[in-house]
Amino acid sequence: MTATETATTTPLLELRGVSKSFGAVQALSGVDFDIHAGEVVGLVGDNGAGKSTLVKVMSGIHLPDAGHYLFEGRERKVSGPNDPYAFGVATVYQDLALCDNLDVVANLFIGREEISRGPAALIRELDEPEMEKQAGELLRTFSINIPSLRAEVGTMSGGQRQSIAIARSLVGDARVVLLDEPTAALGVAQTAQVLALVRRLREQGLGVVVISHNLADVFEVCDRIYVMRLGRKAGVYQAADSTPEEIVGAITGGRGTVRTQAAAAAAQAGDDGEEATR
Amino acid sequence: MSTTAAPETQPTPSPPSREPSGGRFGFMQRFGAGELGSLQVIVALIVIWTVFTIANDRFLTATNLVNLSLQIAGIGLISVGVVMVLLLGEIDLSVGIVSGLCAAVMAVLNVQHGWDPYLAIAAGLAVGAAIGIFQGTVVVAFGIPSFVVTLAGLIGWQGALLWVLGDTGTVNLTDPKIIGLAGTFYGGTTAWIMGAVVVGLFALACLNARRRRLKAGVPAATPLVVALRVAGVALVTAVVIAVLTDDRGVPLAILILIGAVVLFDYIVRRTRFGRHVLAVGGNEEAARRAGIHVRRVRVAVFMVAGTMAACGGIVLASRLLAVNQGSGGSDLLLLAIAGPVIAGTSLFGGRGTVWSALLGALVIGSISNGMDLLAFPSSTKNMVTGAVLLAAVIVDATARKRRRQSGRV
Repeated sequence: MTATETATTTPLLELRGVSKSFGAVQALSGVDFDIHAGEVVGLVGDNGAGKSTLVKVMSGIHLPDAGHYLFEGRERKVSGPNDPYAFGVATVYQDLALCDNLDVVANLFIGREEISRGPAALIRELDEPEMEKQAGELLRTFSINIPSLRAEVGTMSGGQRQSIAIARSLVGDARVVLLDEPTAALGVAQTAQVLALVRRLREQGLGVVVISHNLADVFEVCDRIYVMRLGRKAGVYQAADSTPEEIVGAITGGRGTVRTQAAAAAAQAGDDGEEATR
Repeated sequence: MSTTAAPETQPTPSPPSREPSGGRFGFMQRFGAGELGSLQVIVALIVIWTVFTIANDRFLTATNLVNLSLQIAGIGLISVGVVMVLLLGEIDLSVGIVSGLCAAVMAVLNVQHGWDPYLAIAAGLAVGAAIGIFQGTVVVAFGIPSFVVTLAGLIGWQGALLWVLGDTGTVNLTDPKIIGLAGTFYGGTTAWIMGAVVVGLFALACLNARRRRLKAGVPAATPLVVALRVAGVALVTAVVIAVLTDDRGVPLAILILIGAVVLFDYIVRRTRFGRHVLAVGGNEEAARRAGIHVRRVRVAVFMVAGTMAACGGIVLASRLLAVNQGSGGSDLLLLAIAGPVIAGTSLFGGRGTVWSALLGALVIGSISNGMDLLAFPSSTKNMVTGAVLLAAVIVDATARKRRRQSGRV
């Protein structure tokens, strides 16, 4: 997706002038954000820069003090996490929120189980065959490899668990998926596995927001990169036309001109990470 | 005795993952780590039965096995409720005394107030349910650990039991319908017809599950597997009926227990409510984020525990022919919790099966029964039962630790 295309189509999800404060702390001030179908947007920033708050506004956990929430070009009223979920914004939290004691199918459908038809519906009997069928189709669509649909999630690797957590967000016809640190705590191979899944989400026409500390991952998978700094949008970069140094500069406030030692070191670390994954 | 239906699903063949899965233990390792639950306890049961049969040739007689089934019915029913609470990751220390209190309510209403026996039984069950709802509500409303709330219940309901029984302290049961709960036996043709119906229903359920899975296009059990399963259940049923009808017949009490186990096993594995119980027990935060009404599930499970405690208490009273101040006391509570834990239900929530209520009661009942036959004193009985429980808990904790170490909590 090129920059011109981005500019002409209606964003799937758009925030305009969003502000949010917690007591005396201004966590977000006048932030604009948009993401299009088939686009992966990175959201980076230092600790406390406001990226988590921004994502929580998108997922409906935080209600902004001011600003507009648009989905598919229409202004939406969001009064809790159920609203964005209902119109198609799903969140995958860093701690995954999987039930290790349940199998893959059960985890994919937790909280929105399919119920059998007929008299068994009265006692809310689970329609296991239907759930297993849908689960199989979903995992095939996104080429997610797991040993068995009926294996306990607790027996699986971090990459598989992350994939299942992402797949779960897709069960309810999500259009935009918010991923909170999807590659934190994953090894190199597992990170590659999850990033490949993010690309497949893009191919299927979903919008994916990736919050990450790892610039190597962000550059590997994202089309655009939003940099947050002190509750404001410090810049939006086309990943193809920018360098990790520029991003680090924006994150630290150096803007690529005054490169502090820390920024340089961080950039170096980012480069190293990038090489490691390749 | 085990008619545990194996999960109806076959592992879906899928391309081997490129990374190590981290959790593939060999059969023996998993067995040692206590991850094969029911199978392990059946082996333990065979060992126990073999030892007692060698020690005393009366152990494996029809008469003694009928006695054993009567001995475990009441405690097994209480354990069914305990399993539900354990699956949730909670504990209910009041189930013992609640069983006594509810039996007392039933007895007093029936004997002293002349209530219809069925109404009196319903009232006893209702009191159990109400106590469960009350305790569950306190747990969720104030966020107090269930351990403490039900400990208060343990003491408080003991007082209520004494109050209900009044000055005499003992109510003798005479109503034939109430006594019949533990005193009815189905022998001969009746037992065989019931057995045939059970096996027939099981076969229908298996075929129906297979039909639905094929219709949905997901892997289903092959006809051979279905046939083997039905044959296994038929064999176990036939052996049990043959042995029990050799004496007085199949006790109604054990049928009530098996019925309750089958019902709650179905609820846990096949209904949305059961799935939500397992989800809350596995990861409460995940369950809450998934939109599950965690509090409602909690209260409902405590209600089940109270109701099943009442059910067990009523069967125990029926067998004793009386309710007295000691009803529901002594080691009843501890054995009702120990049983499912011995049979593989985790104290840490989310893992276990309702069948562990029956299997655990069988293990504990067999030890107790066998030692009685050998005329061992209570001191020895208690120490051995304690050692078995300790071993089971250690196995549970070890399994949990291994899961942790292999990266699975």
